Amino acid sequence: MSPTFHDEQLLSPAETLALIDALAARLHASPPPRSLPWEEWVVIGIRRGGARVAERLWERLCQRLGQKIPIGFLDITFYRDDLDTIGPNPVVGATDLQMEIDDRQVILVDDVLYTGRTIRAAMNALFDYGRPESVDLLVLVDRGGRQLPIQPHHVGLVIQPAEGEFIKLLDSGEKMHVVRRRLQE
Amino acid sequence: MRSAGTLWTRKHLLGMEGLSREEIGALLDTAVSLREVNRRDIKKVPTLRGKTVINLFYENSTRTRTSFELAGKRMSADVVNMSVASSSVKKGETLLDTLANLQAMNPDVVVIRHPESGVLEFLARHLDAALVNAGDGRHEHPTQALLDLLTIQDQLPLLGQSRFAGLVVAICGDVLHSRVARSNAIGLQTLGAEVRFVGPATLMPSQAAEAFGATVYHRLEEGLAGAQVVMMLRLQNERMNSSYLPSVREYAEFWGLNRARLRQAAPNAIVMHPGPINRGVEIASDVADDPERSVILEQVANGLAVRMAALYLLCGAGVRR
Repeated sequence: MSPTFHDEQLLSPAETLALIDALAARLHASPPPRSLPWEEWVVIGIRRGGARVAERLWERLCQRLGQKIPIGFLDITFYRDDLDTIGPNPVVGATDLQMEIDDRQVILVDDVLYTGRTIRAAMNALFDYGRPESVDLLVLVDRGGRQLPIQPHHVGLVIQPAEGEFIKLLDSGEKMHVVRRRLQE
Repeated sequence: MRSAGTLWTRKHLLGMEGLSREEIGALLDTAVSLREVNRRDIKKVPTLRGKTVINLFYENSTRTRTSFELAGKRMSADVVNMSVASSSVKKGETLLDTLANLQAMNPDVVVIRHPESGVLEFLARHLDAALVNAGDGRHEHPTQALLDLLTIQDQLPLLGQSRFAGLVVAICGDVLHSRVARSNAIGLQTLGAEVRFVGPATLMPSQAAEAFGATVYHRLEEGLAGAQVVMMLRLQNERMNSSYLPSVREYAEFWGLNRARLRQAAPNAIVMHPGPINRGVEIASDVADDPERSVILEQVANGLAVRMAALYLLCGAGVRR
């Protein structure tokens, strides 16, 4: 029997979009120190949740800049470290990096930051495509629980879920929202 | 996160027989994602680091062996090729002894090509490693069928189809000796396509219609009429003698695919061939080389991706056993 779970809404669809918009505004108003000119920036989303966040962030950032910067997507399935423990993961869509990333300033985007293993895998994948000048990590939610020395540069929301709870970005077509998920016996 | 282990739980890839639509889908989806790796500057992912793949070929093969070898290497596995000429088989070792010895080296996957039909089912009962059938006699050649399915899937929009259901595929030539025909027929039917076997009576299995649900045609023009996919089979010269064919020249005359005959097929029909091609025998050069119709080189590229996908799923599926 598949486990059941209970979802409690943490961010409504409107709040989720507003949070991403705020991140774009903050990034635009105060880019990280020693930043390259905007023409040298690239937004890269980690599939699947991070890609949705990255799309929205990129749209808003381009609007504010009045210019288009490149956007790409990473599928990290083949860089994961859990093939021997949980078996093959489903592919969530191919990597799509049409631009050169050599000497660029990369904003790596994910939805929920937890153990840090996804980011480790994403950086390994990224460096198979080139050598960026710098990589900044932007996440919608930081829920703690890191198992690796990885910290985000830009965070929408920091929360501390209870034992056995998971934070998930749910995505039903146009609408994204964030929930606190509790597994039930 | 949902694991592909729920979609792929098989230990071995022995044939298309028994694979569900979902299992074929899991394999093709994985292959689509892996194709991107083959287009990069750095054509390698670390996925199978520390895994060992042994290619054991009891029949000559350059392209299939190379394809498996490259597939393993691009996934970062260690790949060893064993060819029969250099092994103890020549000294009289039995197949099972050879495999028991390989097993002692603890490989994760053994890829086998063997001239005897059905030998892998026997071996699977005696070995721990995951087995991949790279062609066994006249029986099956599942990775060839999967790469053909992927190639067809890419072309579906151009063929005016949204899915395999209702697609008309003509498999033409030496069906009798062809494991490619067999595996393709099984896979295509699982996905809902309509399969035709087209070939001379001497080169047609006796129970073709009953065993494979294929419609049998004994004239190429009739078999091609309206077909959206034309899959030509290699005339297996090494298996031919006069009881099958009067002569290769006569075969080419009646069974060779040329421009005029291709006009019988659907207007956008694609032409496939598992290779190696006998130019001027089962297929005319201008048809094989026509970039508008021939997808033969796409088949080769997809072969690599499908084999990478198979190694990935089989190496990981071990965890759930």
